[in-house]
Amino acid sequence: MENFEPTLLGLIVLLPLVGFLINGAVALFTPGNKGVSTWVGPGVVGLAFLIAVVNFIGMFGAELTAPIVRSYWSWMPVGDLQVDAALQLDQLSILMTLIVTGVGFLIHVFSVGYMKGDPGYARYFAFLNLFVFFMLTLVLGANFPVLFVGWEGVGLCSYLLIGFWFRDREKADAGKKAFIVNRIGDFGLLIAMFMIFAHVGTLDFVGVFAAAPETFVYGGAVVTAIALFLFLGAVGKSAQIPLYVWLPDAMAGPTPVSALIHAATMVTAGVYLIARSSVLFALSPTAMMTVAIVGAVTALFAATIGLVQTDIKKVLAYSTVSQLGFMVVGVGVGAYAAGIFHLMTHAFFKALLFMGAGAVIHAMHHAFHETHQDWDAQDMRNMGGLKRFMPKTWIFMWIGTLAIAGVWPLAGFFSKDEIIWMAAAHAQGPFEVVFTLVWVILFIAAMLTAFYMTRLMILTFHGENRSGPGGRHIHEAPAVMWVPLAILAVLSIVGGWINIPRPISATPILGWIPPWHTEWLHYWLAPVTATADNVFRTRVGELLEVGPFGGGEAFWAAVAFMIAMVIIALTTVWLGKQERKPAVETPPYRGFAKVLYDKWYVDEIYDAVIVRPVVNGSRALWRYVDDGIVDRAANGVGSLARGLGWLGSRLQTGNLNVYALAIVAGALLILLTVVGL
Amino acid sequence: MEINFASQLDYFWVLAPEVVLSIFALVILMVDVFQRGETQEPARLSIAWLTAIGLLAAAAANTWLLTLQDAAPAGPIAIDGFRVFTNYLFLGAALLFLPLSWRYLTDERMRHGELFVLLLLATVGMMFFAGTRDLMLIFLGLELMSVAVYVMTGLNRRDRRSAEAALKYFLLGAFSSAFFLFGIALVYGGTGSVNLAVIHEVVGVDGAGANLLVNAGMALLAVGFAFKVAAIPFHMWTPDAYEGAPAPVTAFMAAAVKAAAFAAFLRVFLTGFPGLYETWGLIMFWLALATMIGANLMALPQDSVKRMLAYSSIAHAGYLLVALTAASVLGVAAFLYYLLAYTLMTMGAFAVVYMVAHRHELRLGLSEYSGLGWRAPLVGITMTVFLLSLAGVPPTGGFWGKFAILRAIIERGGIELAVVLVLTSLVSYYYYLRVAWYMWFREAHAGASPIPVSRGVSAVLVASAAAVVLIGIFPAWFLGMAEAGAAALMQAPMMSGIAGP
Repeated sequence: MENFEPTLLGLIVLLPLVGFLINGAVALFTPGNKGVSTWVGPGVVGLAFLIAVVNFIGMFGAELTAPIVRSYWSWMPVGDLQVDAALQLDQLSILMTLIVTGVGFLIHVFSVGYMKGDPGYARYFAFLNLFVFFMLTLVLGANFPVLFVGWEGVGLCSYLLIGFWFRDREKADAGKKAFIVNRIGDFGLLIAMFMIFAHVGTLDFVGVFAAAPETFVYGGAVVTAIALFLFLGAVGKSAQIPLYVWLPDAMAGPTPVSALIHAATMVTAGVYLIARSSVLFALSPTAMMTVAIVGAVTALFAATIGLVQTDIKKVLAYSTVSQLGFMVVGVGVGAYAAGIFHLMTHAFFKALLFMGAGAVIHAMHHAFHETHQDWDAQDMRNMGGLKRFMPKTWIFMWIGTLAIAGVWPLAGFFSKDEIIWMAAAHAQGPFEVVFTLVWVILFIAAMLTAFYMTRLMILTFHGENRSGPGGRHIHEAPAVMWVPLAILAVLSIVGGWINIPRPISATPILGWIPPWHTEWLHYWLAPVTATADNVFRTRVGELLEVGPFGGGEAFWAAVAFMIAMVIIALTTVWLGKQERKPAVETPPYRGFAKVLYDKWYVDEIYDAVIVRPVVNGSRALWRYVDDGIVDRAANGVGSLARGLGWLGSRLQTGNLNVYALAIVAGALLILLTVVGL
Repeated sequence: MEINFASQLDYFWVLAPEVVLSIFALVILMVDVFQRGETQEPARLSIAWLTAIGLLAAAAANTWLLTLQDAAPAGPIAIDGFRVFTNYLFLGAALLFLPLSWRYLTDERMRHGELFVLLLLATVGMMFFAGTRDLMLIFLGLELMSVAVYVMTGLNRRDRRSAEAALKYFLLGAFSSAFFLFGIALVYGGTGSVNLAVIHEVVGVDGAGANLLVNAGMALLAVGFAFKVAAIPFHMWTPDAYEGAPAPVTAFMAAAVKAAAFAAFLRVFLTGFPGLYETWGLIMFWLALATMIGANLMALPQDSVKRMLAYSSIAHAGYLLVALTAASVLGVAAFLYYLLAYTLMTMGAFAVVYMVAHRHELRLGLSEYSGLGWRAPLVGITMTVFLLSLAGVPPTGGFWGKFAILRAIIERGGIELAVVLVLTSLVSYYYYLRVAWYMWFREAHAGASPIPVSRGVSAVLVASAAAVVLIGIFPAWFLGMAEAGAAALMQAPMMSGIAGP
């Protein structure tokens, strides 16, 4: 390790907090003042990004082999448990920091335009800054408790921002749903923390991961339980089956919030957690298999729902769930770099797509407002032909679509292909069949992605306009909104070039990327994942070079690319020919499409199988057991307590003689105690 | 500078903060008198500023005390971290009191500039009370503080409740002072001295030198202190006095006066009578038990938030008595830390009570708090912080304070008190969080009047809330400071009388 000193590490985290305080003060005292929030809100995140870049450049030169831990103060000095408020800088955390602050900054800038007319402008930026603060705490924390503070904090901000327009009943409910579902995941994370502390005796990342290979038996019950409980936390936060239901509902918040929290950063925290705890997962093949299966099924399942949704944000929401499934498979099969790689490229193109959708909704909303049309501004059936009015947004969103669909040479091609291939390359050891299946499922999910994204583009931007009289009032977004889109569009193109897999860079045509960097990210993250990689290599073996059905990585990448292109072309032609009407004149779906449109009835099933029985059961419990037995007892205690209290305060007659008498009585008691001894 | 109390000048140096405050008190008295002739305004804001400057100057002098070295361990005036710590506490509480009282005078259109003089004199009294090692000086401090606070309680003569509270407080206070003074006399009779260090020497580390007089005197001192800190069954004046006094004065009484009484309580018993721990430890045990249980139960049925907080302050006295029972460095450190958190959150909570009650303090009921969080976010948010801290929810100062007390008492082996502390805290969740529930989840009444918050009061609220959170986020640092103060108070040889771990 060369002598590298982090620059102002604490300030990266602190700046957004300062922003929160300033914006919060503005929101409380002068809510009409927008000037301060406009500059402070994005400004603090931009500054944090610059500091992160400086640190990144420094780390680039120095070859760090161990993380740098900066301890600020002793936080929980409780006997054996010594937890510091400490930050950890390493290759993984700086990458996450760059994503959070970089993409976060662009989204803040976009918000300046998007939230312009909102009365809660300052409050919005206060929450957004607070979110960035907690997110940075999450990714930079040097131990599990600090991570947990960030973990809970981002959940709180998510709750506040989903319910941002809290006057709206449905939106407040969506916030509540997210909150409750996430509690289940948090419970898992807490249990995992307790178990880690009980077995390792520390909660510092460095200490835990160094001790884990010696402390835990490979494949043992303890480490499997820990890994699975950690994964339960990840399932909640990263919206995997069966806890994904909160994410689509979370779209009730402002669209930039969906872009920042529910696409680019917070929901990837689960993926980060698994990558961070890679050692623990590598020690438990059962846990890894579970992670991979859950991720793959989620990827496919969410993609099928995305096929028929008509709300533009809902399509993107299910797409996000599906892509998170890909990332989870990545970290689940032990390809941590691939998972993080997809996390990064996804942050680019999904933020782009969400904000593009935000620009569209903004425009539609404005148009319907002008003509007093009571139409849904998010329903794609009310759009169509928008490319004439919003040419810039149209181009940027096509770039995002091609990137997510996996078209060469855009970012998604490399990152998604890497994950799909890694599932195949890990198809060995005890769970060979499972990983082969995972690989097949991902392949299908990737195909569906190409379809539903193309459908979104055709419905929104192509064909005739279906907005009725409002159509004349649709305008392109202002510069403060489209410039961030443009930057993200560029990143969605070139973002994948930092980690071109070796077999692909060696292939003609596919390998022809001008400034390629073969597997750079892989090498960059190697120090972080080294222990986990070692465990896999010694226990299972080297990665496979040939897929389950023959063919190498480059071959299957080429196949995937071809199929994606074909699907995009066919979809464009097929959907382009169809006649379409606005939402109010469109008949509802029938048959299988209806099943998909209604999201496989999962919400209804949960309601019938879990929510209602719990409610009914607890009502029964309440009526018979609780009301009859426990409550009477508890009420008895309660009344007794209140009664005693009441009796006590009855003595409080206000009569001085009584008071003096009490003092004398007390004094006598004390004297007797003393003298009697 | 070395201090050995050989020359009169030494007293002057050692009492620098007290001297500064006294001078300011006299100056302000003069200024007030001469100003009053020429204007009809209540009192001039300049007086409040002058008071603030006096408090800050005293704080500076207090900091300077740290440079002094105590060359005479039996000197009548303490020079230790404990005194400096508690002095800061009193000065801080007085500083927080200023904007509140200014607001009160403006609201009630009163022209009592002498309030600020009384404030400074009461603060001087507290410093003597908590910072001296001589029972006569301690009594002098007690009386100076008490008399000033009696007058402050009755400040609003036009308000029947205020006058009644002052009278009750005064009569019972005088009554308990008699016990206290009688206790001093007995101790003097038994040991031949009023100096705590000398008393300790006579009594001995094992209590062998104590006779009936000393024991009885100590018991009467305990009665006097128990009255001032409002431990059950000596608490009965508290709800009436706290409810009747103007809310800012209540805040000051509940925070600073109680803190001073506790600090003196601790100093007298831990440095004067460590040899008799077997005896007084038992008294503390029962006082703590009765106070925690009784106060928390009696707070439950209260509908007036001001009265609920009065009972709550009695309950907190119970927790502090637990720290006193622990009688170890850990216990004293926990005590100091808790006192800090307690002062801040109590000042803040009563400030909110006054903001809501407003003129003539008519709106004290729980229902007045409906929808407060949405009507006045600043008041709502800060009050929520105070309530959470009073209940002891992390990451506030109140949580770590209770945590530290629990740790100290468990190390001492008093598991019963620990269990009762936890259980009664759970009870307290009910009456604290009920207020928070009203503030955020109840719709405001249609005719709910706005909450006018002045800039000064906002500053008090924000500063106290921020401090409560801050000491909760950096507990280790403040606990370390408290431990230094505790260690200064309890030098090892002195403490060997207290059998313990």
